[in-house]
Order: sequence, then structure tokens, then C-alpha cells
Amino acid sequence: MAEPRLAASSGAQGVRVDLARTPTARSRFEGGIRVALFAAAALSVVVTLLIVGSLLFETIEFLGEVPVGDYLFGTKWSPTFAGEQQSFGVLPLVWGTIYLTLIALAVAVPLGLLCAVYLSEYAPTRVRKVVKPVLEVLAGVPTIVFGYFALTFFTPDVLQGALGIGVGVFNGLSAGIIMGLLVLPTIASVAEDAMSAVPASLREGAFGLGASKLQVSLRIVFPAALSGIVAALILGASRAIGETVLVLVAGGQTPNLGVNPTESYQTMAAFIAAQARGDIPTGSVEFLTIFAVGFTLFAMTLLLNALSIRLVRRYRQVYE
Amino acid sequence: MSLNRLLPVLALVASLAFAVAACGSDDNESGASTGGESSAEGLSGSIRIDGSSTVLPFAEAAGELFNEENPDVKITVGSSGTGGGFEKFCAGETDISDASRPIKDDEEAPICKKNGVSYREVQVANDGIAVVTNPNLKVDCLTVDQLKKVWEPKSKVASLTDVDPSLPDAELALFGPGTDSGTFDFFTDEINGEEGASREDYQASEDDNQLVTGVEGSEGGMGYFGFSYYEQQQDKLNLVGVGESADSCVKPSKETIQDGSYSPLSRPLFMYPSAKAMARPEVKAFMDFTVENQQVIAEASQIVPLTEEQASEAKTSLGGN
Amino acid sequence: MTGAQIAAAARRQTTVIPRASRGDTWAGRLFQVLMFGAVGLAFLGLGAIIYDFARDGAAVVTWEFVTRFPSRVVPDRAGIQSAIVGTIYLMLICAALVIPLGVMTAVYLEEYADSRRWYNRLIEVNIQNLAGVPSVVYGILGLAFIVRGPLGMGPVLLAGGITLTLLVLPVVIIVAREAIRAVPSSIREGSLALGATHWQTIWKQVLPGSIAGIATGVILALSRAIGETAPLLVVGAGVSLRFNPEGLDSSFTALPIQIFAWTQDPNQAFVARAAGAICVLMVILLAMNSVAIWLRNRYEQKW
Repeated sequence: MAEPRLAASSGAQGVRVDLARTPTARSRFEGGIRVALFAAAALSVVVTLLIVGSLLFETIEFLGEVPVGDYLFGTKWSPTFAGEQQSFGVLPLVWGTIYLTLIALAVAVPLGLLCAVYLSEYAPTRVRKVVKPVLEVLAGVPTIVFGYFALTFFTPDVLQGALGIGVGVFNGLSAGIIMGLLVLPTIASVAEDAMSAVPASLREGAFGLGASKLQVSLRIVFPAALSGIVAALILGASRAIGETVLVLVAGGQTPNLGVNPTESYQTMAAFIAAQARGDIPTGSVEFLTIFAVGFTLFAMTLLLNALSIRLVRRYRQVYE
Repeated sequence: MSLNRLLPVLALVASLAFAVAACGSDDNESGASTGGESSAEGLSGSIRIDGSSTVLPFAEAAGELFNEENPDVKITVGSSGTGGGFEKFCAGETDISDASRPIKDDEEAPICKKNGVSYREVQVANDGIAVVTNPNLKVDCLTVDQLKKVWEPKSKVASLTDVDPSLPDAELALFGPGTDSGTFDFFTDEINGEEGASREDYQASEDDNQLVTGVEGSEGGMGYFGFSYYEQQQDKLNLVGVGESADSCVKPSKETIQDGSYSPLSRPLFMYPSAKAMARPEVKAFMDFTVENQQVIAEASQIVPLTEEQASEAKTSLGGN
Repeated sequence: MTGAQIAAAARRQTTVIPRASRGDTWAGRLFQVLMFGAVGLAFLGLGAIIYDFARDGAAVVTWEFVTRFPSRVVPDRAGIQSAIVGTIYLMLICAALVIPLGVMTAVYLEEYADSRRWYNRLIEVNIQNLAGVPSVVYGILGLAFIVRGPLGMGPVLLAGGITLTLLVLPVVIIVAREAIRAVPSSIREGSLALGATHWQTIWKQVLPGSIAGIATGVILALSRAIGETAPLLVVGAGVSLRFNPEGLDSSFTALPIQIFAWTQDPNQAFVARAAGAICVLMVILLAMNSVAIWLRNRYEQKW
């Protein structure tokens, strides 16, 4: 503990204490901690730079062979077809990514948040102690299991069988919904943590004023936990955008710019994975597509995230 | 017991179980025995093999049988694809590259040369692409021309009657490998005349097992994939013979692929050991063993073996001069 | 300020809670129905998935299955020992790296960083962005800089572990930040008022108070890492190893990779065994989670 040097003098205004500042072992230690922590945080920037580094040069090389306009605004993606059929318009992949993510979030956000509210506000402690860990274990089911579940059960037995929807073997609807199931535990768990952390005094105050449980949940707890809930949503969306194997197995490999969910779609991440494991000679322009698409995906998520941070900062409430 | 008390116990038991498993007895048993004599005993070291997923079963079986006599050689087999395998090989990261096609002279070989990686090309087995249809869509034979009409770019063929009125009239549901796969490259090259030239409106998949499911589950299902995928699930599929003309139709089988009568959809499978790796006794012993016992290995992994002639050629290309 | 001004200010800051009306009770009931429906649906879906592979896999999981090595020659005797050991080592490496790095970063961002500085904002955006990068891109990163490039350690266990760490680090950071933020500032202020330094406050008050949330983050992160296939494949994990990795610089394989390879194998016997491997993976995950959950339950704080 720093040894404050007390120079006390009493007078008309009371006792005055001077705490002199000498650099002590303690304060040097504190300074050292700060540097160490900053270094850890800076690691993330290093990682980003490395990712950009590993993608950028090949992307530039790619753009040397394929005009930027064709790439960014072209509507046909068929890099490994021959001759005339070969086309490098990335829009179908971008759209596939966005579309499937939207379907996934349409499932995961309402279900996940409702689960979170239930666990945090309504469930008895014993139920919560069981249900929450179970949800988290489910977050660890390998994504390939979700993929095969979509392909071999959900599509034939649920979509085609029980619901009678005429979907293809590989379709966007199945991939999207099951991806929602994949992401649901993440959203539910993190949102639930945020809601549980809201101080009891807030709830009790509201109850004391005569609010119903519903009002407390929706109008007191929810806004108070908003920052954590948004973090949960962003984590969930990020996971969906980057999901590779599930789409690879269940979504098919056909880039598609349409809106029909019964057709097959391909996302950027699934394309990268397929291409990286495929039989493409190194150095060819088809091989370079891996890096170009990777870079595009990275840039896209960067923009989305910058936007969302702005939004969160504006609406975050600080309690206590 | 309350949940709180139960959890750490669960965790402890589970971790103990896995600790025991991890440090537990190794598995030293295996099934088939090899015909060839065992070469040097007491070999140790490690071998890295990577490349085509078609050759993977063969490489795995070779490693396993080799380990019976040389248990201290640690063999790692990967499955990054033929192209990915060559990329790692030419970067000096693997000792042997598996390939379902020869190394590309214009794109891949120069990289190896630049990095000073020299190698030998050794054919180790044969493979074929099977054309299949749903059992309800009975087709016995399709000529190369007919196949081309179905699969060529911009093809509008919706039923086999468009190709030949005598064929069954069912609406086709087409399945095939993804456009990044070696099977796709090979099929399009042989049937459509150009690698990568294909109609675009078929259902593509990374996993050939799913193509089987797709063809089997669609009335007018038709698809193409590696022969071993057909062979393992033949009861679900109808095999189509392929030939240059209607009377030269041949159905793929171990024999017809091996002797080349199943044409043009037969291809050789290769292993490329690097010269640097071959200088190590364990790698040389492994390659010698593989070539010597390729028949047994191929049978054990359900791959089509080499002919006598091809086998002696392989020994020559491996032995060098 | 005058009384009227104070009242006006208070009105602006408060939320008006109308008295519960009849419509509200219906809304409340409807909400409860929706909630139970959601939880039910979630469990139904996830339960179906578990049932699917458990049914196929249960028959396959025997002691031999767990202790044998993979076999191509005798598929019925193929086992997953090397994959299990590889996965466990990878998780240990990942946990050992991600917990300190993640918590340190989260502490920095929440406790020390001035969010008005551009470099701190950059770090924040960065981390959130990294959470959404597809896992295969981390594989490319690992291949370029850890397996090859400056670190150049080759396709070995440590490289795989570091790649997985980088992949899940953002998750830990984001969740840990929320946990640290949830510690009421009254706790911090009280500690500082009693004369503790900033770091002492963090170490003795804030961190213990946020262990539960941090544990959640670590659970989610490791759960994600244990099932990852694509990055490990790109980094160079083997598909079939008949030996356990001997050290950090050894070739390795992992359960998800074994599963992935087996499901794509033409031999249907392997496809069946993949379900068994999935069951084993889930058991390992359960064991891992149990430790973390126990920690969380023990240290959970209700403010």
C-alpha cells in the first residue's frame, strides 16, 4: 500500500491532508499491469493485421486478373467452370450469406431471447441451474452434426414429410433454420447472463410500484440489460455469418441470387471451405478466389460491426 | 445428491476415464496379413502423407499394414485434396503426395521446381467414375455422346427421351460433385471435352455419400461420383454402362477399370514421394512395401489394384535408375 | 433548482409504469405461453439432434472403440484413441491460452481504456469483427503465420491449439467484458474509497464478482473450439493417425476431423462409426462444461 505522507494541519476549515505522490513499488506495479493488459488487448489488432496480411496480397493478385467491377457487382459466381461459363461476380455469395443469416436470426433471436427471459425472470433456480448448462452443452455440438441433421432428417422428414414443402435435397430453408438452432444457445446464454446481472433493486422497485411481472421483464430488465443483449445478438449473428460446415453439408453448393428458400444456396464461408479442400492448382485464379472472398467477407463484417457498436453506444444505459 | 455436488464428481469421473483411455493400452491388432517379406525391422521415424481423398483409403491401409512390421514408424495421413496436397508437397511440408491425377506441368510442377522439391511419380492403383441412376430409372447403357448431351454446358435435357426416345421418360434430377473437386474436373474433361465445362443446374455436394442419397431419393435421379461410392451402396443404385458406342458399353467393375476396358472414365491413382524423403530409410521402406504389396493393400481398402504390367512399371519408377 | 424544476427533471428520467390493466394480464399470459413455447421448441429441436446421433452412435461406443486406433483394414475395429487424445490436448492448450489473454483484454477494455481514444475504439471494433470471421479464415491465418511464416512450427499440435485460441478469443473477450461491466460501480467505488489501488480493486473485487460470466464465456468458447473442423484441416491436422501426439510438436488429429472424414467415406461402416465418435465428443464436452459450470455456480453473484 502506498504510504501517504500525512501533513496535517488544522485550521478553520478542518483538517487538511496532503497525500504526496512518490513512485512506489506499488505504483510501478500498477503501471506494469496496465502495460501488460494493453499488450493483451493489442494482440487482437495484431491478429486482424495478420488476417488482412494473409488475405490481402492474394486478393490484390486476384483483382489483377479479374476487374473489380466484375467481381463486386457481377451476378454470376462460377469460378471453376471453364471458358465462357467462368464468371467471378461475388454477389450471389454475398446474398447467400446474408439470406441464410437472416433466416437463422429469425429463428434464433425470438426463441433465444424468450428463453433468456424465461431463465432469468421466471424460472425457479433449480430449473435454471439445469437448463442453462444443457443449453451451453448444446452450443458445443459440432456443426457437422447440425449439418447432417438438416440434410438427413429435417429436410426429408420435417420439411418435405410433415410440412409438405417442396424443397430440394439441399435447400436454404433447412440450412437457415438449423443454423438458427445452432446459434440459439449462444444468444440465450449470453442474453440470460446480462439479464441476471441486472440488480435486484431495480426489479423490486418496479414491483413495489405495482408493475406486473411482464412489465418488469420487458420494460425494466430488458432495457437495463440491453448492452449485454445486443452483445448476444451480435455474437449470434457473427457465428451465423461465419458458419461453414453446416452450409457446406446442407445448403448445397450452388450460388444463388434468388429469394426462394427451397433452392440451394452457397455462402462465402462455405465456398472458401469447399474451395480450400478441393482440387484447385495453387496460384491459379480459381485458387485466388479463396483469398478474395475471404477478404470480402472480412470487410463486410467489419462494416457491420462498426455500425452496430455505434448503435449500442448510443442506447446503452448505465445503472447504478 | 444436489446438482452442485454431482457436477464436479461427473467431471472428475469423465476426466479419469479419458486419462485412462489416453494412457491406456495401445491397439496392436490388425486384420489382414501381407504377402511380402518384412524388410528392415526396428525402423523408426515419421512419414507425412497428404493429398487426394480418393487415394486416402489406400494410403491409410498401406500405413496400417506397414505398421504391423514397423510399429515405430509414425505415419500421418491427410486429406487436403489433390491440389492442396501438391501445395503442401511443393512447400516441403509433406513427404508423399497422394493424387488422383498427374501433377500439373504448367501450374504445380514449376512451384516444386522452384522450391527444390524433386519427386517420383508412382502409379499405385486405379479408379473409375460411376454413372448411376435411381433404380426406377432403368438405363443400361449411355454412350459418351449421350452423356455429353445431358451434361454439357447450357444443356436443356430434362429427360433421357430428349437424348434417345427409346430411353425411359422420367424428369431428371441431376446430382454431381462440387465444381472444385477432381472428380468434376475429370468427368467434364472426358465427357464434355473441356475441364470445367458443364451444365450448371445440377445439385452439387462436397460429400459423395450425399449424392448417393440424392440419387436414391429422387425418382429421376442421375449422378456421377467415384466408383467406390457406388460399390459400397450398390443395392440402392442402378449402374449405367458407358462406352463410345451403343455396342461397346461397359459397366465399371474392378476388372474393367483395371484393364482399362471401362473407358473413358477410368483414371490412375498416384503417390509422389519426394527425393528428399526417399533418402530416409523409413520412407523408402514404406514406398517399397506399398508397391510390393499393392494388391493386398488395394483389396483391404476396396480400391482397384494395378495390373501386373502397371505394377512392374511402378517398381521401376520407384526404384529409379 | 426549484421544486418544479426538480420534478420536471425527474419526470424526464423516469419510466412511467402504468398500473396493470386487464389487457396487461392477458398480455402477460400470452407472453408466458410464448415463452414456454420458445423454450419447448428450442429443446425439441436440440433434443431431436441429440437423439439422432445418440441412437446411431450408442451401439458403436465401446471400450475398444475408445481405446483403439483408426483402422482402414478392419473397419469394425476402428477406434478413436488418437482423436480423443488430440482433442483433449487441443482443449488444454486452448484453455491455457484463451483464459489469460481473454480476461486480460476484457479487463483492459473495461477498466483502463478510455473509450474516446481512437486506438481503444479500434481494438473494440476489431474484437467484435474477429468474432464473425469464418473459422476457415483462421485456418488460413494459422497456415500462413504459425505453420509457415514467422513462427514456422509446422503442422503440429501447438499450431492447431494456437489457431483455435485465436478463433475463440473474441468470444471470451466479449462475454468477459459484459461480466465485468455488470459489476456495479458501487463495489468499485467502495473499494477505492477504502484505499485499494485500481489493480487491487480489480483483482479482489471485480474479477471475483465476474467469474460467473467469464466462466460462461470460456464455456462457449471451448464448446465452439472442440467442434471445429475446417481450420484444423487447413492447418494440417492428419485424418488418420495410429499414434497419440507425443508433444506440442507432433502431428495430430482431432475428433471433429475423424468424424468429418468418416462421414464422407464410401465405406458405410465408417459412416456408422462417425455417430459413435460424435457421442464421445459430446461426453468430453460435457465433462469440460461441468467443471466450468461448477465454478460458475459456486461463484455466482446476485447483486
